[in-house]
Amino acid sequence: MPKIDLEKYSMKSEEHEPSELSQFKENRDDLSEIGYEIDEKERSGSYFQLDHSVLSSTSGQEGIEISTTTDALKKYDWLRDYWWNAVSPDKDEYTKQVDLRQTQGYFIHLLPGVKAEFPVQSCLLISQENIAQNVHNIIIAEEGSEVHIITGCSASHGVNSALHLGVSEIYVKKNAKLTFTMIHLWGPEIVVRPRTGIFIEENGTFTSNYVCMNPVKDLQMSPTAYCDKNARATFQTIIYASKDSKMDLGSNVFLKGDGSRAEIISRVIARDNSEVISRGDIIGKGRDVRGHLECRGLMLSNHAKIHAIPELEAETAEADLSHEAAVGRISEEEIEYLTSRGLDEEEAASVIVRGFLNVDIEGLPKELDGEIKKKIEMSAAVM
Amino acid sequence: MLEIRELTVDVAGRCVLNDVNMIIQEGEAHVLLGPNGSGKTTLLLSILGFPRYEVKEGEIIFKGEDITDLHTSERVKRGIGISFQNPPVIKGVNLGSMVNICMGEKTDEITEKTLELAGKMNLSEEFLKRDVNFGFSGGEVKRSEILQLIAQHSDFAMLDEPDSGVDIENMELIGKMIGELLQRDYLPSKRKRMGLIITHLATILDYIHADRAHVMLNGRIVCSGVPEEILSGIKKNGYEGCMRLCQK
Repeated sequence: MPKIDLEKYSMKSEEHEPSELSQFKENRDDLSEIGYEIDEKERSGSYFQLDHSVLSSTSGQEGIEISTTTDALKKYDWLRDYWWNAVSPDKDEYTKQVDLRQTQGYFIHLLPGVKAEFPVQSCLLISQENIAQNVHNIIIAEEGSEVHIITGCSASHGVNSALHLGVSEIYVKKNAKLTFTMIHLWGPEIVVRPRTGIFIEENGTFTSNYVCMNPVKDLQMSPTAYCDKNARATFQTIIYASKDSKMDLGSNVFLKGDGSRAEIISRVIARDNSEVISRGDIIGKGRDVRGHLECRGLMLSNHAKIHAIPELEAETAEADLSHEAAVGRISEEEIEYLTSRGLDEEEAASVIVRGFLNVDIEGLPKELDGEIKKKIEMSAAVM
Repeated sequence: MLEIRELTVDVAGRCVLNDVNMIIQEGEAHVLLGPNGSGKTTLLLSILGFPRYEVKEGEIIFKGEDITDLHTSERVKRGIGISFQNPPVIKGVNLGSMVNICMGEKTDEITEKTLELAGKMNLSEEFLKRDVNFGFSGGEVKRSEILQLIAQHSDFAMLDEPDSGVDIENMELIGKMIGELLQRDYLPSKRKRMGLIITHLATILDYIHADRAHVMLNGRIVCSGVPEEILSGIKKNGYEGCMRLCQK
């Protein structure tokens, strides 16, 4: 991916007041597209950041703490042990930049045994032209806790240039269960560099769902999960790349604990002039570890590009790792099959595209599920 | 009525059907016999109008209309349906949705009607939720295909080897359902639906007493007649022998 000139983006942002949140009530549909419920109904917690200002950080349930990471670091000395622990500040120039010039980020903390009744939501929104938003987030799901976090990242209509750097460090403790659904809705001129590290302790479960169906200028991310004994990591990725989008995406799982499991599933559609690199890497080190990687790409244009790079690394004879990767166009045979049931070719192609993107995401709130289905429906219809 | 007149078809520049003629009257069920590679499936797919089957000569008349140049979906709308021998897997599209498509319904929900039809084919709701043809056994593929064909309410049903790879128990079910589909339980004068069935084993003929049989060899229909006579002819003398006897 091209090097980004970080100096090009402004670190100065106007201050936004919490009262500005109400203006979003008029555009609630825009937010529900990325899973954010503005009235915070049926949410166990909410965090809303506009440019560099935090407009809401509210807990909706006892045992769930939500604040900015800046405040949390002041409050808890122990948080230093988690800070830059799952991601190194020296990883690359983007993590360095976040370390030097952080502009907020959320702290979500589930106390031991707490099971969130509803999802916890976050929204990171960019509204100012040419701004750099450098967030550093920490999520800690303590022993035996359970939560579904939905995070939507977006830029307002009309923002023609912006940079989003996001460091996220996620800690899933013993027997805890964390589902992390991230919806990206940027814009054709936005540059995005998330950097994510996830530690999953014994018997912990981490599931990531990542959905990006709108154009973005240039996005690169490759979260890495580290699994302890019997921990499970699942990554599901749904990408619909269009226009001139350039995306380099991957998921990495390091199965270091005995009996740990990984599953990486990605579905990538590329149309127009888009380019997608779809990576996946599973490293098996512990005894009796198992991992499977499924990487499928569908090409809808002769000018697009999909580069699938599935990787498996076994460091013990007791690792059982497999992958399947396939990139191709819509098969003639499938089109014919559907036309023989009465659909015309366009309708048949829509059904195939919809099916291709049909990955089950468990536990999604009804509205968000509807939004994702609607997007899939729309993208399938504009064939 | 379906009438095929002097049909010659090329696939990738090679002649695969040569001067084929056939008439199926309203209410009739015909069987198509012949060795592998003789052009039986090609004839079905040419009637269906798949693009790679290029009609060089002749025409296909269905219910009085020349459909030779119509798109597959248009032919299907006019009442032509098929049960494939080896249908493709479509990932993410479950059998329930396929049945809905066949009924012309635009929903992915499994409806009462779909459930009822599936029940008749001894297919469960769980099965309807599976990606179509993905990991289906031989018998399941046939039952799923016939379920879709029934859902289409086609006036003319083509079945490509509905009896291959099917165990005895399922054979009876499949035979019975095809019989119902083709209204074989009606009095001959009351039957409206037409059928064309490709079979190797002829097991299906124990359930559907077909009106007429045709033998294909090298892209031509070389012999037509009463099914029982033709079958015993093939059993005794082979396809070539049957052709020689027919053409005497």
